[in-house]
Order: sequence, then structure tokens, then C-alpha cells
Amino acid sequence: MLKVGVITFPGSNCDDDAIDTLKNIGGFEVENLWHKDTPDLSSFSLIVLPGGFSYGDYLRCGAMAACSPIMEKVKTFASHGGFVIGICNGFQILCEAGLLPGALAKNLSLNFICRDVTLKITHDNTPWTCEIKSLEELTLPIAHGEGRFVIDEEGYQDLVKHQQIVMTYKNNPNGSLYDIAGICNKTKNVLGLMPHPERATELRTRDGLKIWSSLKTHLEKKV
Amino acid sequence: MKARVHIFYKDSVFDPQGNTVGESLSKMGFSKVKKVRIGRVIDLEMEYPSKEEAKRDVVKMCEKLLANPVIESFKYEILEC
Amino acid sequence: MTTLLTDMTISNLELAKLMGLSNLEYQHVCKNLERAPNHAELGIFAAMFSEHCSYKSSKPLFKRFPMTGKRVLQGPGENAGILDIGNGWAVAFKMESHNHPSFIEPYQGAATGVGGILRDIFTMGARPIASMNALCFGTLDFERTPAIVKGVVKGVGDYGNCVGVPTVAGQTLFHSCYNRNPLVNAFTMGILKTDEIYRGYAKGIGNIVVYVGAKTGRDGVHGATMSSKEFSTEKELERPTVQVGDPFTEKLLMEATLEAMRAGVIIGIQDMGAAGITSSSFEMAHRAKTGLEIDLDNIPTREAGMSAYELLLSESQERMLLVTTPENVASLKRIYEKWDLHAEEIGIVVLGNRVKMMKQGELVVDLPVELVTEPLMADRPSSAPLDLKQRWFLDRNRMLVASLGSKFQCLMEELNFSSPEKLVSQFDSMVGNRTVGQTFDDAAVLRIREIKDKEIRLAIKVDCNPRISWLWPREGGRRAVAECAINLAVRGAEPMGITDCLNFGSPENPEVMWQFSESIEGISEICDLLKIPVVSGNVSFYNETDGKPIYPTPMIGMVGIIEDSLPLPKSNFYSTQLEFALIGPPEGGLGGSLMASSWFKRECGQPEETNLALLERMLKFLPRLRKRKMAYSAHDISDGGLVCALLEMAFHSPFDCLGMDLNIPQGIDSDRFLFGETISRVIVAYDSVERGDIENTASQAGVMFTLLGQTDDTGLFKIKQGGTEVLSSQILELKSAWNQRWNNFFK
Repeated sequence: MLKVGVITFPGSNCDDDAIDTLKNIGGFEVENLWHKDTPDLSSFSLIVLPGGFSYGDYLRCGAMAACSPIMEKVKTFASHGGFVIGICNGFQILCEAGLLPGALAKNLSLNFICRDVTLKITHDNTPWTCEIKSLEELTLPIAHGEGRFVIDEEGYQDLVKHQQIVMTYKNNPNGSLYDIAGICNKTKNVLGLMPHPERATELRTRDGLKIWSSLKTHLEKKV
Repeated sequence: MKARVHIFYKDSVFDPQGNTVGESLSKMGFSKVKKVRIGRVIDLEMEYPSKEEAKRDVVKMCEKLLANPVIESFKYEILEC
Repeated sequence: MTTLLTDMTISNLELAKLMGLSNLEYQHVCKNLERAPNHAELGIFAAMFSEHCSYKSSKPLFKRFPMTGKRVLQGPGENAGILDIGNGWAVAFKMESHNHPSFIEPYQGAATGVGGILRDIFTMGARPIASMNALCFGTLDFERTPAIVKGVVKGVGDYGNCVGVPTVAGQTLFHSCYNRNPLVNAFTMGILKTDEIYRGYAKGIGNIVVYVGAKTGRDGVHGATMSSKEFSTEKELERPTVQVGDPFTEKLLMEATLEAMRAGVIIGIQDMGAAGITSSSFEMAHRAKTGLEIDLDNIPTREAGMSAYELLLSESQERMLLVTTPENVASLKRIYEKWDLHAEEIGIVVLGNRVKMMKQGELVVDLPVELVTEPLMADRPSSAPLDLKQRWFLDRNRMLVASLGSKFQCLMEELNFSSPEKLVSQFDSMVGNRTVGQTFDDAAVLRIREIKDKEIRLAIKVDCNPRISWLWPREGGRRAVAECAINLAVRGAEPMGITDCLNFGSPENPEVMWQFSESIEGISEICDLLKIPVVSGNVSFYNETDGKPIYPTPMIGMVGIIEDSLPLPKSNFYSTQLEFALIGPPEGGLGGSLMASSWFKRECGQPEETNLALLERMLKFLPRLRKRKMAYSAHDISDGGLVCALLEMAFHSPFDCLGMDLNIPQGIDSDRFLFGETISRVIVAYDSVERGDIENTASQAGVMFTLLGQTDDTGLFKIKQGGTEVLSSQILELKSAWNQRWNNFFK
């Protein structure tokens, strides 16, 4: 069975949700990892940086979690092609850690926003979207106060050139540049997104499953 | 003319953010840091005929809007451009 | 005894009075202690004898509440009440007020209120899985209202979101009586195993008292006595030190504490809430009938030079007191250290009944536990207001001569008929992945994923109608409970128990005491009928400014259970081709209705009494409707009557083109039909082929069925009487106004 590691940072609060979804619905073997540890990650197929408020979102969202001991291991894991997904606060940590370009700033409304949003999948040629058609619409929940993706023009052109923009908002909820909701790195093994695919599997829309099952199909092909 | 306003929690008010950042720094090995307080800096670009009038208004702005007098204190400086 | 009252103690008496102790209370203390208390001890008595901690005015009346039942594992008197939900699991829940702090500093006041109730729940060993809030604000004519609304909503949201407990339901209302006394009532529910319940007991002689969590500062010294005093406008500037919430530390404290409980290294535990370490230490000793010896020098402090008095009465947030065995101290510390928290040994459990506290080698507190924890109860006179009959006068003629359109328009401009979306979207309602379907609906539903072999879902709702309570407190108490029960039943849940948060004016005012006891009577009547217990609660008195009390606001939080896996009914018009009917009495009462208040600009009329037999029948009918297994919608009629309930169903429809035709039945009082508010009136929408079956189900259950009309795709709300159209309005326009009313507070 494919093994997934879900990291708990102090203040993570979607770690349990990710573990529950990936284990009971996703069909993965799941291990919970602790931010202070530095385990060998080579036996994992996927590392999840869950949502929440690591270090209370103090200073800058994700800034202190990005300095956690385990993040050095995650960087090495990713540089060897290991799959890493950062959801919401996890996305913020990936940007702070330099694993993804850009940054996430306060929503334009300055308010926290929790609701279902419609997303457009930009590319179906990533491991995360291989079972989804390009331009297909997914409905996933968002819940964040600082999800406005910002990047300089050069960085944006780079994202476009390397087809790194994975999904965009149909109706931009937070003022993200170019409606960006989720991006991956150049090698497409690291994904960061503000919406919560782990929350959209049973109780609301089931669109979150499409992302998990895409990745699972890709990983199983690789094995 | 420019004014720079610094706003901090009053000394008697707990600053969870500063506290957490301080503990993170000490975990990272910066053991000489004893206390961290996090505040806000607000820069105001203004046109006032005199420094005195500017000061008077900045204090009013702080008391009425920029700082929350219940929990925050403020300092300001008038920077000539 | 008189020998004790020397010159020195006379100034002591003055100090005692200054701290809020009565002459009688001071004499009682001196007599039992056989000496005068010192400064720190006086502080302890003042805090513990305050209304907030002692419940001295309210406790004698609680005997009326039904508090037992087959599900009850923990009734009132602990941090939270606990009910058995089967399969080895239980639910812990409680509601608490943070009214006074939320007026002084809305953001921190509301945030720390949420923090406090969360601690009450995980202190019992339960993982919090859902929160609700009941917010009562002033009106827009009061300058500070928008800032209070904004601060409170953000405070509630930021704290709950950060800790990761979803906020799934609530009630928000506006009335000028709350201008200087906003109410912030926070409810949290958690789940736990029936054999892993923790309580506030300092058990086991020789066991160690441990302080965990955030350090102690001077924040909120004397918060308990503050909330036991009414505000005066001049005093507004006299601000006590505000407590600042740290949700991040709370989250760590919660995880560490639950981990320590799973590891079995905790004997007893209590949150340091009001009156901080004082209340937690004395109450834990009181329950276990033990004594404690505490060294105040071992308390971790944030500020230098804190006196014994300050240490004892600080209300710094995110702190707990717990008791463990000497062998387990090391493992306990390891767990808290893993979560970057301090756990400090500060004392020991001893034989006897005294709590002794040392500071710098000196004995600064030496008091018998019972003297502190069993204060003198206050005997408060109670009397009904003389003008009750005047309040019950409703000028029907002034309503009858007005056109339907003008009455409808009046209601459509009402701030209390507004979309909560702007507030709701600031709360994470989905974290935890348990929230089923829509939130902030009739009731919120959570799945219990810990129970694997059976589908168990819990439903929660908070409700109170202060307009009714002011006009007729007993009926107000009845309605709050009945309304919750109907709301749960509409979504398919069976009521299991309630918690209450009783917000009132000063108990020294006989009319307030009358309101209070009548409310308790009303609540109890419905609980008796439904055979559900009151398992926890909170009283907030002194909600008044310049002698003017708020309307009596007995807020009720109810928990119900759904033990099947049938789908939940919807609560909107999910199609443009539905038929809809009214179940229950066609007419509702206008007395105390939102319509009457809007029209006359004051509360008036005699509220219609809740029909207990009908309520019982309705609560039998609603589950039967669901067992038919056909899709339908159901929505309870409350504030604003039938008209507002129908519009809410339309506003939540996925179709912008949705329209509806409503027919006023023959020979009916149209005001009472359209705008009346009486318990046990529910709208049901369904596919027209289902009508016969639903009508049958209703008649078998003994509830009236009245066909109301159909939905269509015209986008219009049309009301017809005897075949003639008497009102036609664009639903999208109404919806946009309904959505925008909160723009007064949020862009």
C-alpha cells in the first residue's frame, strides 16, 4: 500500500482530517509525522503539509513552521522527486520554505472566508490532475484569512511558461493575482493550494477525491 | 512631511505573537533574546504648515483610530522630508 | 466574636466593602475564621463570593430544573455536562457568557469567551468538535454598535478558527436594550469515551498539584467581580486590564492535555477561569474533600514582582490546574514539554480541609475550603412588574387599517431579518470534516466519525426570544427550549439535553429576580414535557447600564441525536416545481412578534402560550416525515412568521428564477397567518404527488395540514387572497436587501 506522511506542526488543525480522509477514503497507509523529528522519508510516496494555524499564524503565516527540523528532510525529499502537497497553511509553509514561488497575503476583504468555491483546473498534465480534464470545474471549500496569492511579473511569466498554475478561482474570493488558487513547482511534484480537497470527499461535494485519486493513479503507475 | 507611528500592546498586556516568536528564536539557538514584542509601524505622509499642528493631529489620530487605547500604547516621530 | 473587630479590622471591613463583600458576608467570614482575613484572603472571598463565582442569587432556584435522565453521565456543577450517546461514547457541552468583557474590548472579550468554553470542554476529557454562538447587539442608533459587532465577530472567528473547532450555528439579534450590554454567549460541544471522563477533583493525599499552560500576568485581576457589577456610563473609562487570548497556546494546551489524559497521567483537572487559581484550587479541594498546600513562588509568571493577591486573582488565559501522582509527574511534564508548554509542580494534596498558600516562605493564605466554596446564599426579593398588562396591549386596529404592502415593507426593512452570511463566512464551519450539509440553518448536524459500526450524528441549536421574555418571561423560557426542539426535529434529531446561559439584569432588582425565576419555570416546563435534562449552565447577572436592565435573555443550547443513516431533509426550495404546506396551526400570535415590534417600534401584545400537547405531536410528526424516505424540505417558522420563513427558503434556493405563490386560506386573519409567531408551525415543501401521503402522516400525528401554494420560475413572491393578488414582489430584490443589511458592519 502507498504510504503517506502527514506532518503535524504546532497549530496544525487539519492534520486529523487529512489522515482520516487519506486512510479511510483515499485507501493510503498513513503515518503521522512530528515537526521536531527528522525521519528518513524515502519510504513515503507522499508528504502532506496540512492546513491550520501553525504557530498561530504569528509573524507571517507558515514562517516559523518553515524553520521546523522536519522541513530540511522535506526539502531533500522533494528535490529527489518526492511528492509533497501543502493545503492552505501547508501551501503557506511551502512558499515560506522556498519550495514554491510567490507568497500568500491577507485576503483583500481582510476577513477570513469559509465557503465552497468553484475552481477551474488549468492543466491535466500534472500528477495531481491526471484524472481531471483541463478546464473542468471542481467545487471545493476554502477557509482562510491569508490566501491572496502574490508574485512579481517575472515570477508569474515563469509560472505560465512552465505550466505551473494548476487551478484558478472562477470567482476570485480573496484577490489572488490572476485568480490563482493552486500552483506546483517546475517538476510538478510539489503542489500548494488554498482549497481543501481533504474536506470534499463525503459530506459536501466529492470533488476533492478527484485530486487524491489522480495522484494515486499516477503513483501506482510509477510502481 | 512624514510621521511615523509605532503601536505596541501596553506593557501590562500580554503579546501572544511576540511571545511565540521569542520562543521560536530561542529554540533556533538565539538564546540571548530575552523578550520579543511585536507592534505595528504606520507611516503618514502629510501636509501641515507646522510641526506642532502635525503633532497635535497625529496624537488625535492615534487616540481615535490608529491605536486601541484599551490595550495599546503609541509613540510617534515627525520626520521632515 | 466582637473582640476580633479591633481598629485594624475596621479598615479591613472598609477594604472588604470596597472589594464587593457585604457587611454580613464579612462578619460571616470573621466569625468562622475566628480572625480577620488578610488582604490576599479578602481578595479570595471577594472573588469567590461574587455573583459570578458563587451563583448566590441564582443557585436556590436551580432546584426546579430537571437534571437527571438515562443519558446523564454528568449534570450541573462540573466544567460541563455529559450525556451518553451510546456505543461507548458521550458528548460534553456547555454554554457560557462573556458579556461584560466584550463591551469593554469586543475583539479580546469575545475571543477569550470562546477560549474559556473550549477549555471547559477539553478539561472533561472531551475533544471539542463544534461551537455555536448567540450574539445580542445594540441597534445602529448607538454609535459603538458597528465596532462592537465587528470586533466580536472577528474575535469569535479568529479564536475558534485557529484552534480548529468549527463554528456551525448561532443566533444573532439586534435590540436597543443591548446597546451598552452586548451579549456574547459561546457554546462548545466535545466528544469523549464514557469511561474516560475527567473531573475537577484534587484526589489522593500526597498527590502533586501541577500548573500547566501560559504564564501568569496581571491581566484581568478581579474579572469575576467586574462581571458582577453593573456598568455605569461614567465608569466606562475606568477600564480593568483586558485579558488577551492566545488561541495558539490554547491549541497546544488542548492537544497536550488530551494526550496526557490518554496516557492516564492525570487524576483531576480544572480550567483556571474566573478567579483564576483561587477558584480552581478551592473547588478541586472541595469536591475531593481534601486540603491543598500551594507554593505561590512556583507559579510561572510573565511579570516580575507580582503580589500574592495578584497571583491569586489573575485571570490570564490558557492555564489549567491539575493533580497527578508523584510517579507520573515526569511523564506528565514530558507530554507538555513536547507541546512546548510548561508544567510546574506548585503544591501537594493533603489531609484535612484547608488550603494553605505560601509565598517567600510565609503563609499568606490559610483558609478552610468550605468557608470559601459555600458562600451565603442571597435571599433576593422578587416581584412582577406592575405594567405587565399595559405591555400586553396591542393596538390591532392600527394594524388592520394598514395595507398588507406597508406591513410587508416594514418587515423587509427590519435589521433582525437579515442574512447572516457576512458573519458566517468568517467562521470556519467545516474544519474537522464532520459538518453535514448547511450550517447556520434550523440546526447544525455533525457526524461522529469515532463511532465506526453505527451512523451517529449530533444536532445542535441555540435559541432565545428576548422580546417574548420581556413581555412574558415564563413563555420566553418555554419558547427558547421548544424552539430548539422543533429546530432539531426539523432536521431529524431527537432532543437529548440542554445547557443554558441566563443573561439578566441586576438580581438586586425584584423585577429582574421575578423574570429570572419565571424563565426557569418556563424552561423547566418544556424540559419536563420532553423528558430532557438541564446538564450545565451559566448565569450572567448585572447586564444593565444606568439602572436599565437588558431584556431577560435565557439562551438555550440544545443537543440532539440522529441514530439512523437516512438523508437529512433540505431546508430550502430545491426546485421550482414544489408544492408547500403549513403544518401546525394556520394562525400564529402577534403579541411579541417581530412584525408587532417593527410596526409599533416597541414590544407589545400578549405572546401566545406554547401549546404543550401540540408541541409533543409536532415532535412526533417530524421524524415520521423523514422515515418516508422521500425528498422534501422543512423549515421552522419563527421570527417574522410565515412570510420570513418562506423567504428564507427562497433565498437559499439554488435558482435565481425561483418564484412562489402563496394563497391565504378562506376565513383567516391574514396578519396572524402571515406574520404570527407561535411554536409548532413548520413549512414543508415537496413534490405535489406526495401531498396525500404527507397529509395522511400529519393527520395520523394529529397536526393540521394547510396547503399554501407552489414554487415556480417567475422570480416573484405573490400572495393571493380569494383568487386576487394582494402582493407581488421580486424575490431577488428582497434577497439583495436581506444580504446587504450586514453591510452596516462589514463591507
